[in-house]
This record gives sequence, structure tokens and C-alpha cells, in this order.
Amino acid sequence: MHTEHDHDHSELSDVQLRVRALETILTEKGYIDPAVLDGIIEHYETKTGPHIGARAIARAWVDPQFKAALLEDATKAIASLGIPVGDHLIAVENTPERHNMVVCTLCSCYPWDVLGLPPVWYKSMPYRSRAVMDPRGVLGDFGITLPAATQIRVWDSTAETRFLVVPQRPAGTEGWSEERLATLVTRDCMIGMGLARAPEKGAA
Amino acid sequence: MNGVHDMGGMHGFGKVEPDADEHPFHASWEARVLAMQRAIRAARAWNIDMSRDAIERQQPRRYLAASYYERWLMGTETNVVEKGLVGSDELAAGHALRRGKSVPHVMTKGDLGESFTRGSFSRPPSHEARFKPGNRVRARNINPPTHTRLPRYVRSHEGVIEAVRGCHVFPDSVTTGRGEDPQWLYTVVFKACDLWGPAADPTLTVSIEAFEPYLEPA
Repeated sequence: MHTEHDHDHSELSDVQLRVRALETILTEKGYIDPAVLDGIIEHYETKTGPHIGARAIARAWVDPQFKAALLEDATKAIASLGIPVGDHLIAVENTPERHNMVVCTLCSCYPWDVLGLPPVWYKSMPYRSRAVMDPRGVLGDFGITLPAATQIRVWDSTAETRFLVVPQRPAGTEGWSEERLATLVTRDCMIGMGLARAPEKGAA
Repeated sequence: MNGVHDMGGMHGFGKVEPDADEHPFHASWEARVLAMQRAIRAARAWNIDMSRDAIERQQPRRYLAASYYERWLMGTETNVVEKGLVGSDELAAGHALRRGKSVPHVMTKGDLGESFTRGSFSRPPSHEARFKPGNRVRARNINPPTHTRLPRYVRSHEGVIEAVRGCHVFPDSVTTGRGEDPQWLYTVVFKACDLWGPAADPTLTVSIEAFEPYLEPA
């Protein structure tokens, strides 16, 4: 394969060459603007991420009305915080009796608007294959053991609906501010692949 | 299609490993692949279902061997050729050999803000929803050779309608040239023992988001 960048040819993998070729072609044909690609990348690297979801969860922990609104229509409720969120976002609540987990067995559907880009493990074949059959085993891979009596619901994201898990508020956080509570809300616990941090481990 | 992408319930892939680092991209080419896929949407030559379909149609051994963003790259390479935006000779050459076709829109910096919020997949229904919450249904035993969002592991099994999610663009039709063909979408809950047999976790239920044509009354 030839490119116009022969000087570094030997250092580039086949995939890198194909990516470079595709961007060159799409740009030369006027379908994309490389400066726009830079802007898209900047957004995913610096602006979006699980801090957005964490803000909504912390609000739900301190404000029962907001929590009810979030569980009723998560898109609308989070938009009321001034955070634009796409349609079809559904919040599901963890309780002492029930633990929710989210997977996409067919590809990698994930609530980008509130969690940013998915971690590699979420998109991995072990997670996609096992979560719907052996969620306790999958949680065990991350060192998490749920009580034997806890009911587990796994949500397979097979359409354009997206799911955000509302984790249980950790004990010992009475009187905490929303900002401080948000530091306990990890990305993984909003997927159901974890629990919110215990307070001694949260940032003060 | 009954492809390797339909992984729910398969064995042998091993443990789930936490990410080594939290950076969203692990190489700069991954970021370029994601950004190209987002930007080329403005040309309106295909939708998200066609992106998934193009990935699922890759050779199974290629699909399994590829990393996540390599699969995206394969899908985009497939779609730009199939939708007539780029020639396969151009992909091989590594640069354009002909002028681009006229496309409805080219994404600009001004479009960036709103492009990050997902669009709606709701469409007006052509008929009343056939099922209500609480109804017992069976996932049809269908095996289309084309794109579908009905995973194999629920087919022929009985479940319960938990929620009606509105009427949405139907992926099976979009990817086979039949347009958006909107269909009612439901959350359907299955007991793990029905899906996986008597050894299944008795505390487990699994739900899928099922389009109405995937379901029949049980």
C-alpha cells in the first residue's frame, strides 16, 4: 500500500494507514473538515464524561422530587439541570432489594450524553457475553459481591433507549452537599458494575 | 443475522478486566475514527442502524480479531463504498481519484454544539400498540439473514411486557431498504431460568428492548 507519507511508512500499522487514507479521501472529496474532527475529539476528551451523570445522581439523593422526576423521565429531568440530554434516557433505581446492571450484548450502546464514552471493559466480549447470564460472576471480576437475596435485573440495550443506574446513597453521608456526594458517584456504579464509593474514600 | 456480534450467553471469552487507564482513546487513530464517523453523518448517507449492520457483516474472524475502533473503521469503509461516496479504488489508493458527490450537508464547527445531543428515534405510530404492561408475550423464533435487534438468547422464550417505550425507527427495515417503518418498542422481562435453564441464578431477570414485530402473544 502506498501513501504520500512514505517517510514514516514503516512506523505505521495497517490500521493507522487505513485511517489516514480514509480521512484524506473524505477531506479531498469535501465530505468532512479535519478541523471539525478536532472539535469532536476535544469534546469527548475534555467536556463530556461521567461527572455529568454524577451530578444528576447527587441531586436525586438530596431531592426526592428530582429523583421522582428522574425515574419518570430522565431526559426531561436532567435537561431541567441545564444539561442537554438526548431522548429515550431511562433511569433505573438500585434499592436494598434490587440491583440493576446495563449491558449491550449486540454492540456497545451506552448513555454517552451522561457518562461520556464507554470504558473498554463495557465494550469487551467478556462483558457482552456474560452479563446477561452470570452478572454475579461479572461483578465478582471487579471484586463486588452482592447479598445472595438481592434481585438482579440486567438491562440489555437492544434499541435506542439508554439506561442510567441510580446507585444507592452510601450510609454515613447525611448532611453532605450535592457537590461532595457527587464525588462518591463512580462511572461504574452508574452502569451497575459497582456501588457508590463509601464516604471515607470520597474526596473531602 | 445470526452473527458473532450476538454474544449474550456465549462462553469462553474470559474475565472482565478493568481498564488500564481512563483516557477515552488509546491511540490518536481511534479518536480520528470516532470523529470521522460522527462528522460523515451530516452527509445523511446512512443512519446508526446501517453503521451497526456494516460492522456485523464483517467476516466473523475479522470481527472477533478486531479492536472496537477497528470494527468502526471497517464499518465506515464499507458504508462509504456501498453508499457511493467513495470508490474502493480510492480506498486502495489512499487518496481521492474523483471529485466528491454533492451531499446534503458538510458538518461545520458551528454544528458541533448540537451534534453532541442524540436525536430522537420516536416516530408517529400508524396503529395502536398491540401489547400493554403485564401482557405475557413470546419472542418470535425468527432468524433473518439481515440486521435485527432481537438477540438469539431470547428467541422462543416467554416474557412479560414491563413498559411501552413509544414508537421508534425499526432497524430491521432501515437496513433492508424499507425505510423507517416505525414500530412500537417495549421493555420485555425474562426470568433467567426460562432463558438459561434450571441452573440459572434464581434472583436474575433480564430485559430486552423489543420491537413489536419481534413479539407474539404467549
